[in-house]
Amino acid sequence: MNLLKSLKLPADESLKNIALGAAVFGLAFILLAISMGIFNPKPFFASYLVSFMFFLSLVLGCTFFVLIQFITRSGWSVVVRRLAEYVMAIIPIFFVLIIPILLGVGHLFHWTHGDVVAHDVLLKGKVPYLNIPFFLTRAAIYLIVWTFISRWYFKTSVEQDKSGDHELTRKMQWWSGPSLMLMAMTISFAAIDWMMSLDPHWFSTIFGVYYFSGSFMACFAVLILFAKLLQRSGYLLKIVSPEHFHDLGKLLFGFMVFWTYIAFSQYFLIWYANIPEETIWYMHRMEGSWDLVTKLLAFGHFVVPFFFLMPRTIKRHPVGLIVGAIWLMAVHFMDLYWLIMPVFYPHGIHVSLFDVATFLGLGGLFVASVAWVMRKSAIVPVKDPRLSESLRFENM
Amino acid sequence: MGKNPVCVLAQFKTTKALYHACERVRDEGYVKFDAHSPFPIHGLDRAMGLKPSKVPWIVLILGLLGAAGGMGMQLWMNGVDYPMIFSAKPYFSWQAYVPITFELGVLFGSAGAVFGMLGLNQLPRLNHPVFNSKAFSTHAADDGFFLSIETKDANYDEVRTSKLLEGLGALQVEHLKE
Repeated sequence: MNLLKSLKLPADESLKNIALGAAVFGLAFILLAISMGIFNPKPFFASYLVSFMFFLSLVLGCTFFVLIQFITRSGWSVVVRRLAEYVMAIIPIFFVLIIPILLGVGHLFHWTHGDVVAHDVLLKGKVPYLNIPFFLTRAAIYLIVWTFISRWYFKTSVEQDKSGDHELTRKMQWWSGPSLMLMAMTISFAAIDWMMSLDPHWFSTIFGVYYFSGSFMACFAVLILFAKLLQRSGYLLKIVSPEHFHDLGKLLFGFMVFWTYIAFSQYFLIWYANIPEETIWYMHRMEGSWDLVTKLLAFGHFVVPFFFLMPRTIKRHPVGLIVGAIWLMAVHFMDLYWLIMPVFYPHGIHVSLFDVATFLGLGGLFVASVAWVMRKSAIVPVKDPRLSESLRFENM
Repeated sequence: MGKNPVCVLAQFKTTKALYHACERVRDEGYVKFDAHSPFPIHGLDRAMGLKPSKVPWIVLILGLLGAAGGMGMQLWMNGVDYPMIFSAKPYFSWQAYVPITFELGVLFGSAGAVFGMLGLNQLPRLNHPVFNSKAFSTHAADDGFFLSIETKDANYDEVRTSKLLEGLGALQVEHLKE
């Protein structure tokens, strides 16, 4: 336990400065995007939705990570768990970040137009689910559930830093099962509401899992980059070892393959059944320049990282793993872009300033919130009963 | 039984003694030696100076061959040898062939893992000289920690090797014949 004595914590002041700087940076870009969006609302909302779903996926992925560590009572991950807890603890800001989407439902979602629905048998049939009041209610439910789970776990875990009470671990383990069930339900329905219903005629029962698979993969990329970043600044040295990075790399690899499995399953069944109302969704994405993105996704999200991340040496290599993590974060963004954008630009890719501005804007706010949350607690759950197991962890 | 001993076997009392013995034997330049313990000992592979296993390469190559064979077989059968139209799909429908390609890749890969491991360990074999030791047969699966050095090792010398092992705190040193 001598290592823990040398455990440095980032200074409160410097974190505050990072948080303020990132917040100003983020807000500036959000304001830029909004000011451009006043004259051109639709592209603004579309780009905003992509970035929103991207940063939301990182937060939800980390929530899943923390819950899964508790349900499996895993020991290896304790030294990196707090990093995931920081990320999941910022979920309350999404109550604010979702406002533009709720304001833009008319621009984003085809099914909100009463006159269109009135002439569309299929959409008429979906009215009991796809209507604005219920849509808003559901959004509120998702955010409340996520906030409740994330904040309770964060609070309890930080509480243990002080008391060292093992009973808290037992409590968190007990609640991880019900919490995971709630998370699975809410993330699925959120993906259906905010992404699948963009094309309200189309449906895919695996869509929720699809969003989850990308999110959970991205959370490992986040953890790797977060830990590496902290180590570069002199924290967590000798605490997070190549053994932990090796395991995070394995899981990153594993869930990259899981995404492929889910993505192919969705495509495969639709391709095989060949029902027009289903295949049209892929038609849009396999025509013109979108076809290029589809192919890039297949290679960039599977073939290339599959061979790149496979060797043990890469996962233990200080730079190799960073390259893999950044690569997969980028492709994960491209994946969400590919899910959302063809609805608004059916004729081909249309990268605009809105994409850049909303990404940097939400990214700035994301970094700011994480830095702000970090101020209050140790960088490692210092009194977790499994900490010493995690510090000594070795891949056999 | 042959005339000459094929290996020298030393018994140690604790995992620690075995671990340090392995380090010394490795540093003395021995290569053809093995450690025997009732349970896995963390880091023993490093103490023995073992190189990373070659099994992953066997798995990779066989997995890729299996996958390529799976895809190739279906493309050839359904597209060339006996062209058939299934549910209005083209002859070369790679999508439909993915599940089998995946399965054959996994099958060949896992078979490569199992048989590659067995082959590299020179298993199965019916007997091994270490079983000629009474101490080994009674303690190796219970509370004994053993180190065996093959006489084939370039560094082996009957007197020097025995001395080395005794000096490392071996409870007993035996010379075993085939």
